[in-house]
Amino acid sequence: MKPPPFRYHDPRTLAETVTLLGTLENAKLLAGGQSLMPMLNMRFVLPDHLIDLNKVAGLAHVEAEGRTVRIGAMTRQRDLERSALLAAKLPIIPAALAHVGHLQTRNRGTIGGSLSHLDPSAELVTVCAALDATVTVAGPGGTRAIPFSEFPLGYMTPATGLDEIVTEIVFEAWPAGHGFGFAEYARRHGDFAIVSAAALLAFRDDGRIGRAALVLGGLEPVPTRLSAIEAALAGETPSEELFAELCRPCAELEAMGDALVPASYRRHLAPVMARRALARAAGIAAAAIH
Amino acid sequence: MQGSERRAISVSVNGSRHDREVEVRLTLADFLRHAVELTGTHVGCEHGVCGACTVLVDGLAVRSCLMLAVQADGREVATIEGLAPGEDALHPLQQAFKDHHGLQCGFCTPGILATLVEYLAENPEPSEAELKVALSGNICRCTGYRDIIAAALDAAARLREARA
Repeated sequence: MKPPPFRYHDPRTLAETVTLLGTLENAKLLAGGQSLMPMLNMRFVLPDHLIDLNKVAGLAHVEAEGRTVRIGAMTRQRDLERSALLAAKLPIIPAALAHVGHLQTRNRGTIGGSLSHLDPSAELVTVCAALDATVTVAGPGGTRAIPFSEFPLGYMTPATGLDEIVTEIVFEAWPAGHGFGFAEYARRHGDFAIVSAAALLAFRDDGRIGRAALVLGGLEPVPTRLSAIEAALAGETPSEELFAELCRPCAELEAMGDALVPASYRRHLAPVMARRALARAAGIAAAAIH
Repeated sequence: MQGSERRAISVSVNGSRHDREVEVRLTLADFLRHAVELTGTHVGCEHGVCGACTVLVDGLAVRSCLMLAVQADGREVATIEGLAPGEDALHPLQQAFKDHHGLQCGFCTPGILATLVEYLAENPEPSEAELKVALSGNICRCTGYRDIIAAALDAAARLREARA
């Protein structure tokens, strides 16, 4: 298995990259290569041009200003995993990355590449949905910001135009001491999740839940936002019983089925992962208070 | 012709510089094996799952089947051939794997050792459970992993001793 022939471009600036992307026919962007390189090796993709982003300046950073956190699209997963800034502001990101691939793939894999590939089971996709991230893309007409709720259009199809590139992911951090939980079931450590869940909980002074975010990954082609459960959690006192009761209807959700995992099994996992993520989030928030 | 696009690259492999002109589609794994003729880096699945082709690029463990050789231009690559300190001496990782029968056919071993070089430098005292996660990206079809984990734990202890 060898990659098919292509012309190779390694631009140094974003402007150069956007120009190449806008003028070359059948071009593919190469980020960390942990999804595109296997697809090239197996010849699932046959690009005429490969535009390597690894030398483009200004695409790898983690920065914060107040509660706003900006992550450059080419920031390696390994750097996110070890970022003290993320551990403090967006701790669900390093928590989810513990499930993403392996040391060797996280050393190369990037957040922008993962979101652009948009595997339905990808942990970073699920987490970005739960955090209501905003995706910044650049194209010939300039830059635009896409709310994450509008980013996945369908199965492995991001809202990025063919002549656009993801440059940055922007987050609004939840309050300090918030609860976060990530749960997933995969057949082996490091595999893509069969079903995953990301939960965030902010508490009021009286110990009741103020705000909740709950998203399932892997169930459907795009992240499943559990808005009804989020609304029902507000004002409640957290307990295992409450989480189990509210998450039970997840077993009735639409789910994908494939040769290895039938839809019925994904539906079985949905409430289990949702309540585990919530329980973890509640446990972490409680530990932060005491 | 598209397939003929080539580039001149200069890659340091185990401390020696290799200047070659390569096809831009050549993977780093095939560059190491065919251009540099170091066949200790093994190619298993060629899609980033088995971990056999793991090498260190600028000190970081990566799948060499998922990197292009042109991306290694100007970088330092370390392979299994550069691990031992000399002709007659083994690296503590190699010695521990030998002592614990941490390999049978040996196909996966170079990738496992490359992974452990980076991992143990950062985590000198891992638990057994942590090691299992660290090695989850390296598949072995002979050993059942038990002896690999025992060897890795012992290697960690030997490396700690060597540092003390």
